[in-house]
Amino acid sequence: CIPVLSTYPILKTLLQRVEKVDGGLDSQDVATSLGVDHQAIVGAVKSLQALGDVISAEQRSSKHWELTGEGCEIAEQGSHEARVVSSIPEEGMPQSQLMKLAFGKVGFSKAMSNKWIRLDKGHEGGPRIFKTVERLEDLVRDKLLLVQKGQASQLEEKEKNELKKRKLLSEVTVKSYWITKGSCFSTTITKQETELTPEMIASGSWKEKKFKPYNFEAMGVALDCGHLHPLMKVRTQFRQIFLEMGFTEMPTNNFIESSFWNFDSLFQPQQHPARDQHDTFFLSDPAQAHEFPQDYLERVRKVHSEGGFGSQGYKYDWKIEEAQKNILRTHTTAVSARMLYKLAQQEKFTPVKYFSIDRVFRNETLDATHLAEFHQIEGVVADFGLTLGDLMGILHQFFNKLGITKLRFKPAYNPYTEPSMEVFSYHEGLKKWVEVGNSGMFRPEMLLPMGLPEGVTVIAWGLSLERPTMIKYGINNIRELVGHKVNLQMVYDSPVCRLDS
Amino acid sequence: MPTVSVKRDLLFHALGRTYTDEEFDELCFEFGLELDEITSEKDIISREQGDTKAEGASDVILYKIDVPANRYDLLCLEGLVRGLQVFKQKMEAPRYRRVSPASSEPQRLVITEETTAVRPHAVAAVLRNITFTQERYDSFIELQEKLHQNVCRKRTLVAIGTHDLDTISGPFTYTAKPPGDIRFKPLNQAKEYTAQELMSLYKTDSHLRHYLHIIEDEAVYPVIYDSNGIVLSMPPIINGDHSKISLNTKNVFIECTATDLTKAKIVLDMMVTMFCEYCEEPFTVEEAEVVYPDGRTCQYPELAYRKETLSADFINRKVGISESTEHIAQLLTKMCLRSEVMSDGEQIEVEIPPTRSDVIHACDIMEDAAMAYGFNNIPRTTPRTYTIANQLPLNKLSELLRQDLAAAGFTEALTFALCSQEDIADKLLKNISETRACRISNPKTAEFQVARTTLLSGLLKTVAANRKMPLPLRLFEISDVVLKDESKDVGARNNRRLCAVYYNKSPGFEVIHGLMDRVMQLLEIKPGQGNGYHIQAADGCVSPVTICGEMDGLKDHRGMKRECRGVED
Repeated sequence: CIPVLSTYPILKTLLQRVEKVDGGLDSQDVATSLGVDHQAIVGAVKSLQALGDVISAEQRSSKHWELTGEGCEIAEQGSHEARVVSSIPEEGMPQSQLMKLAFGKVGFSKAMSNKWIRLDKGHEGGPRIFKTVERLEDLVRDKLLLVQKGQASQLEEKEKNELKKRKLLSEVTVKSYWITKGSCFSTTITKQETELTPEMIASGSWKEKKFKPYNFEAMGVALDCGHLHPLMKVRTQFRQIFLEMGFTEMPTNNFIESSFWNFDSLFQPQQHPARDQHDTFFLSDPAQAHEFPQDYLERVRKVHSEGGFGSQGYKYDWKIEEAQKNILRTHTTAVSARMLYKLAQQEKFTPVKYFSIDRVFRNETLDATHLAEFHQIEGVVADFGLTLGDLMGILHQFFNKLGITKLRFKPAYNPYTEPSMEVFSYHEGLKKWVEVGNSGMFRPEMLLPMGLPEGVTVIAWGLSLERPTMIKYGINNIRELVGHKVNLQMVYDSPVCRLDS
Repeated sequence: MPTVSVKRDLLFHALGRTYTDEEFDELCFEFGLELDEITSEKDIISREQGDTKAEGASDVILYKIDVPANRYDLLCLEGLVRGLQVFKQKMEAPRYRRVSPASSEPQRLVITEETTAVRPHAVAAVLRNITFTQERYDSFIELQEKLHQNVCRKRTLVAIGTHDLDTISGPFTYTAKPPGDIRFKPLNQAKEYTAQELMSLYKTDSHLRHYLHIIEDEAVYPVIYDSNGIVLSMPPIINGDHSKISLNTKNVFIECTATDLTKAKIVLDMMVTMFCEYCEEPFTVEEAEVVYPDGRTCQYPELAYRKETLSADFINRKVGISESTEHIAQLLTKMCLRSEVMSDGEQIEVEIPPTRSDVIHACDIMEDAAMAYGFNNIPRTTPRTYTIANQLPLNKLSELLRQDLAAAGFTEALTFALCSQEDIADKLLKNISETRACRISNPKTAEFQVARTTLLSGLLKTVAANRKMPLPLRLFEISDVVLKDESKDVGARNNRRLCAVYYNKSPGFEVIHGLMDRVMQLLEIKPGQGNGYHIQAADGCVSPVTICGEMDGLKDHRGMKRECRGVED
């Protein structure tokens, strides 16, 4: 509400009135005394409020009596019964003629009961009306005039109700403002500019202008922008953390993997339940992988079925047919296995730190937190002489970068790592330790057949990307985060991702 | 991870002290177990079947404990208590002994040639003069079930049969016969059935029906008889009723039939080591002799103690601690791996008992030393491994483009890599045979029939799921599709794609065209024929777009009149 010029006089008058009174003013009273519509005063109040603390206005409501349309007519021209009397000449008037007047019907019966007129039914030429009084007091009109002047309080309740029954008065609830001086009260007002224009700067007129303050209560305009997906934002942060720690990204762009690299190379026996139809997606086309490094495959067969490399082995009949089966990889560790095998083929071993964040697939029962595909985060370090303490130290640094400082480790079992440790962090909100990842040292039965040197230890850890993202963004149902049923509003509204705060 | 349910008070009684729930949870954590749930039979029934059913059920407190999948020796109360007591140094690990029967020949189990085709292996043993109580008996039955579910892989690898030896007489014969020729009264049934009848009888049995498939299609079924022709069991389905054990059973004959001999030996060792504690002479097991078709004989249970020698230095170096040889030997002994320092003061001789079949390499011993030391007591160190980080170039480019696509006003979608065949073919007016799609053989629903060959279907589904959102929708995704590729070892490869969709009441082709120009600008590809990029119309699709020779057809989504247009590169 910008004060428009035409309201200026009212603003000024209102301010002058407020200045004169000690306490305050009712906007209704101001309107009545100025003879203007109440809405005009309300407008003025709002305009003044927008200027800052010039006035203070408190909204209140009161009941008051008002003339109806018919009541107004009576206040102006007299009651129907009075008008009946005054329209009857000395010689009387035929009843039929009186009834043709607008006020005739109502006025006739009222005047009759007031005994102001009489009816001569037997008059020749039809019933005729004569007045019985010369002067009369039009009390109805007088009362309505009082109400009109705002002096309804002078009437008794009974009288007002009588007039209400006749539909001449009505009781209305009036909203008004109680106006008092504000802390910056002044009777002078300056017109406020809303925007600084190039013309004002050019002419220098901005120096004299007053500017309307911004409304900080309202929201700004919604911008038309693009957004990154929250899971991918978290992914970017994890990627950044690995890069900061000197880890090189593994090529995980191969969703389809052979059972050989996904399981056998990791010393996961062929009867392991993870290799069951219930847990893993198998492919019917292309159903089988071919071309394995033959001498390595032979060493893998041997360590499973007979042992070797210091191991008793699993002592079962290892089958190439099982290893050839193509699957959708169940973990990115399949890629780690390929990378470590490749590393072992180097002429001279060099230490490596690898990471990946990519999709993996499980033929699992789906629920609010599990989908058939999710992203696995994995870190791998291979070097001579790494210790379990090193693994815990590296995990400590990694989780520190996520803002997780309190860690502890629980012994666990995993077919391809020994020792295996579940990583727990203390959740301040839940007041308990919650599992945040899995870790371990790759078994010699996995590393030695690849051809890695005896003294090389490989430590690794993994976690899902979805879980920390759901916690970070407070999402309970994974389908609202991943997949086509995503709530785009959530994507639009999601904040930047700072994992350490 | 298998879960073992034990009565709390029974457990505490056996451990010789009580714990608060928190204390016991802590002990579990240290030992690599997890106190998963504290409940009671009543709670379980009322949760699963409602309060009325639970009335009258036991409200004895149960601890449900998660046990690592390779620790078969912790799958019953007896094993858990032994493991924890040795760990807390309240007792020494018992020494299990195989003994010959006092005054007679050992029990014999003769395997015939016929079993070769269906289930070739069998092992056996006897628990002599055992005393059952209700609790011991329940635990004995429960352990068989746990082993069946875990190491036995739902009885496919191994099936256990336990019998009251005093009701049968050896030698026993393990053979295989056509189902019509096998006839006996199975456990808890009133009359005799043939094997064929049994298979149809158990079709509706909630428990047994899961095992029928193991032998159902075989020409012959495995069966064990005693010398009088009484059926002990028809593995891996059901035992005979005649030889069933009871609380009063004194002598138990245990047989394990298997397709994997190593696992059969492990399972038999587990059954006898866990319960020989209750024999008149505790921790002894009476041997049984198994005769193979080729005449070879073997004594079971093996109860083999294996010795490994390793150095304290090896453990210190792998774990990252510096403990004395003596201390490390003590730590290992706490884990039921009796260890002695050898005369050179550096080497440790570790004895791996038959209960620890999970220990197959020195690294397993090292882990036990680390656990006994306490993972959380190990100093956390930083490896000195010096490496330079490299991004995968493909991912680096994807990351850069994502940022710029969002800057261009497009919102990133994240859709599934698996979908239905319809999504990538019929719905995009394509024939599935031209998609080079990889097919999944065992999808549980149609949503997982194929790996996607295009990103477009996922984006269109995202639009469809977000129709209540204000228009326009501008979506993009940079991700992988999967295509068959003979040149790869697995016969398929991923292909990184960019796809974008503009969705509004008016077509707005110029918007998507503008985005494509912007992408080309970002990639420093100039418009024009030859080395540059250009758009050309293609046949057969509603609004096809061709870029740099890659093509992707489009269509109005699900009959909606609004236009969706996308590009894929």
